[in-house]
Amino acid sequence: MRRSRLQSLLVYLGALLFAASVLLPVAWMLLSSVMPSTQLTALPLRWWPGTFDWSRYAALLTLEPNTPGQTFLYALRNSAVVALTTTAIALAAGIPAAYALSRFPAGKGGLLATVIATYMLPPVALVLPLYQLLAHLHLLNTVWGLILVYCSLILPFTTWLLKSNFDAVPVEIEESGLIDGLSRTGTMTRLVVPLALPGVTTSAIFAVLLAWDEFFYGLLFTNGLSAKTLPVAIADFTAGRATDYGLIMAAGALAALPPVLIAVALQRGLLAGLTSGGVKG
Amino acid sequence: MAAPTVPRARRTFSIPLSWPLLLPLVLLLACVVGYPLLRTVYLSFTDASLNALGTRPAWVGAQNYLTALTNPDFHATLWHSTYFSVASVGLELVLGVLVALLLNQPFRGRTAARALLILPWAIPTIVNATMWRWIYNPEYGALNALLTQVGLTGTYRSWLGEPGLALNMVVLADVWKNYPLVALITLAALQSVPAEIHEAAALDGAGAWTRFWKLTLPAIAGPLSVAVVLRTIEAFKVFDIIYVMTRGGPADTTKTASFTVYQEAYTYLQAGSGAAYANVMVLVSALLIAAYLWLSRRQGQA
Repeated sequence: MRRSRLQSLLVYLGALLFAASVLLPVAWMLLSSVMPSTQLTALPLRWWPGTFDWSRYAALLTLEPNTPGQTFLYALRNSAVVALTTTAIALAAGIPAAYALSRFPAGKGGLLATVIATYMLPPVALVLPLYQLLAHLHLLNTVWGLILVYCSLILPFTTWLLKSNFDAVPVEIEESGLIDGLSRTGTMTRLVVPLALPGVTTSAIFAVLLAWDEFFYGLLFTNGLSAKTLPVAIADFTAGRATDYGLIMAAGALAALPPVLIAVALQRGLLAGLTSGGVKG
Repeated sequence: MAAPTVPRARRTFSIPLSWPLLLPLVLLLACVVGYPLLRTVYLSFTDASLNALGTRPAWVGAQNYLTALTNPDFHATLWHSTYFSVASVGLELVLGVLVALLLNQPFRGRTAARALLILPWAIPTIVNATMWRWIYNPEYGALNALLTQVGLTGTYRSWLGEPGLALNMVVLADVWKNYPLVALITLAALQSVPAEIHEAAALDGAGAWTRFWKLTLPAIAGPLSVAVVLRTIEAFKVFDIIYVMTRGGPADTTKTASFTVYQEAYTYLQAGSGAAYANVMVLVSALLIAAYLWLSRRQGQA
């Protein structure tokens, strides 16, 4: 449809406003992370750093004992280990389950609904017994404890997403595989999973992002270098007495970097996952 | 020679085979969801305390629930959760649809603008919360500086320190991160409406407003309603952004239900009453989850 000059102007104005509203807060986080401390607390506020101060990034990327850097790097490692291991477990248990839910749905409608409901349950409803369970198993403040607990969140989500991806693979392909002598597990691993690979990858990435973002269980079940995750470490920085906002913003920028890079690199697949698989039962 | 019979034999065999495939999922979820949930129900009828993990708690019947349901502080936190959910999701809905309609227009740079939607979504919740806390900082925050330098206001405000204001400011921070999801879902739904139908309606004399109500809205209503219930479920259990931005303050005005459970159980170590609070939340969530399942099933059939 043809637009009038005024309508075009409004569209561009709106787009500009939208872009600014998305970019400015993030830009301010990045600028604050490289502003000299004196400028951060100077009034009136100056919007551009007089000199670029990269020292916070250097301070965060050091393993020297009892420094914010040590906390940060350990937390980075813990987050990576927890996110990747949980995702691996969620795929190992989720792929066969999603396959069964997709191919043999008879009598399992209730199970799928339960799995989806599980994902949506408020974590506070599970946290007390999980705390006792981890204490009992001596898994408090360990990455393995977190991995076990994160399964409650990530396994239902990946199963749900995988199921809707497997649904899109035509059954006829499997039937020809069965005629050619493949077993049911064979058709799953050799035909359905490879054909649904983009969806499987998307599910894995969502799982990693979900684990990377988790805060509540991380806060309650960890307290030291050995298992504290990135979100918990950043929240701790904020609660510190001498609050160096430049340092917190640098930590935030670094913690946001992996998910943002993943999201930007895999935009197409993620958008498809967000808009279709992610919201359908 | 035996080829045609093989698939048949395998297929009859395959029905019981599907249960072993489900076993790891069922076992894991039974351990980390089923058992804890049942145990929380049990705890909610006892006087369990996190101080005395080893000892057997005493059965107190419905006492914890009666205390919870008559406690005005708990009513307040439920109200804060509800207000947060309604305000956040309401704004996300309006902003999401507006931005989706905008990004559905052809203009130069549209692809880049659409890609921008993924940025707030990808930023971790805790990073988003610390970023906005810094922007809202009463002395050195960018918001006060911007408003004063532009000339909109002469005085600095304590955005997260004023009881009437704090929850609304947390809502805004939450909306910034989460409305892109609504926008993305709307954008996908908008693409299913062929432009020709709009043009035909326009030729027939339908104005932009009529076309929105009669053509666009019916096309996006389904996916949008599913997204709204999904976001409401998320918003109702909000904890992380509150924890970082206000810790429930000032004067408990940002204390949500999840935050209350956390405090009751981990600050005051009252596991029994904490569990009762949690179960009240579960009941409210269950209604929302049922609504979600019902809506998404209808979507699936459509």
